[in-house]
Amino acid sequence: MTETALQVYHLARRSVLRQARQPANVVAPVIFPLALLAVNSGGLQPATSIPGFPADRFVAFALAIPFMQGALFATMNAGTDLARDIQTGFLSRLSLTPVRGIALVLGQLAGVGFVATIQAVVYVAVAYAVGVHPRAGAAGVVVLLGLAIAIAIGFGAVGVFMALRTGTGESVQGLFPLLFVFLIISSMNFPRNLIEVGWFRWLATANPVSYLIEGLRSLVIEGWNGEALALAFTISAALITIALAACGLALRTRMTRT
Amino acid sequence: MSAVRDFRNVSLAVGWRTLHNVLHNPSLLLPGILFPLLNFVAFFGGLSRLRHLPGFDYPPGYAGFQFSFVLLQSAAFGGVFTGFGIARDFEYGFSRRLLLASPRRSGLIAGYALGALIRWLINASVVTAVAFAAGMRIKGSVPDVAGMYLLAVLVNVAFLFWACGVAMRFQSVQAGPIMQTPVFLILFFAPVYVPLKLLQGWIHGVASGNPITRVLEASRGLLAGQPVEVGAAYLVATGLIFVLGMWAVFNLRHAEAKG
Repeated sequence: MTETALQVYHLARRSVLRQARQPANVVAPVIFPLALLAVNSGGLQPATSIPGFPADRFVAFALAIPFMQGALFATMNAGTDLARDIQTGFLSRLSLTPVRGIALVLGQLAGVGFVATIQAVVYVAVAYAVGVHPRAGAAGVVVLLGLAIAIAIGFGAVGVFMALRTGTGESVQGLFPLLFVFLIISSMNFPRNLIEVGWFRWLATANPVSYLIEGLRSLVIEGWNGEALALAFTISAALITIALAACGLALRTRMTRT
Repeated sequence: MSAVRDFRNVSLAVGWRTLHNVLHNPSLLLPGILFPLLNFVAFFGGLSRLRHLPGFDYPPGYAGFQFSFVLLQSAAFGGVFTGFGIARDFEYGFSRRLLLASPRRSGLIAGYALGALIRWLINASVVTAVAFAAGMRIKGSVPDVAGMYLLAVLVNVAFLFWACGVAMRFQSVQAGPIMQTPVFLILFFAPVYVPLKLLQGWIHGVASGNPITRVLEASRGLLAGQPVEVGAAYLVATGLIFVLGMWAVFNLRHAEAKG
């Protein structure tokens, strides 16, 4: 194992253990999105009778939303944990060691991946429990889990960048409303072609989060939709790349070695 | 007379401080405005097509239909967000000094309620302006609309009492989820997106039994100029104020005993 890989392993282990030891960090991102799913799928079930609506059950249509909300929670948790490391001086002490910045970021994201995996497995289990069977089958579930984890890591990297840039948990928490806006002004609750208000449809079309949701959703209600999946994976890859590059820049000042 | 004067002085001082803190700190003011606005944008913008559902007949349009909900939501969360400030006062020890300095401590609750109410009036003005910009049509008379806003005022006071009680019981901002989660659930288990009669399955049963449904249906009826269940709605709102007011006073006594 190379030195960097070893550093990533140790920091990842710390990050995963830290998440596992804070049940609130694991339980809240699972329970809250599921409660919202229950409320929305009950209240919006009549929408399925609108001509052209792509699903018979709103719960199937809305199943993608918890994955996105879980990713937002992951962002907050990853960012807040790293901000705490900065505020308590852990990062300063770490910068006295030979540990590489990229190992710190990847280690932190391992914790995000851990929570995202638990979330995704629970959401899929709940889907089966309420009678929603993804149209893409077992292989589709594997792809669904992979895409959900990729999205969570992308958003988690944004949280890590915010923590490195600002150094405070409050600033990271302040990011939540902004990310939440991206979520609600999307095709979260309705297919874009059925959104009646022009400006909202335009914003939802311009919003990359719509394509992440549609990629996840396609596996549940359509089966294999190459275009939707390609868009979702491309956007999540771009998000990860840009956020990691931004983390690299932020690390130059945050982990200055003198 | 002295007791009344003490109560009034404490209420006005605490109310003024609450308002002053909010108005001088955008991070406290903005969430209370943005949260209902974002919901309005998401629901009105994204779900307007629901108005074409068979049986959906609401004269003020979908903007008006969602406005009634968002107005009540802003009122309820106006109370909850003020509760965060009360909890913060306890965390920083300011409330202990307030308790020591207040000749009439029940005035503290009234003061927080006064601050929350004025804070919510600012939020409600913004939400109303945005709803008009989105094309909301008011079909109710002036007394109808006044009745709708009065219902929202009662909801604001009731949920301030709830949040105030929680803050005084736990004396920590970490009790935030206890303040907001039940409020969030009781609001969203009402008929948010479509009228009650169009809901199906378990959510219809839950919404029918939810007391906030009476308030929401009455509010929508008043906006449309077709009042329904107004008496029941006022009964629910005043009942909530009574019960949650008792909860707040009970926890004030708990905070006093704790010292």
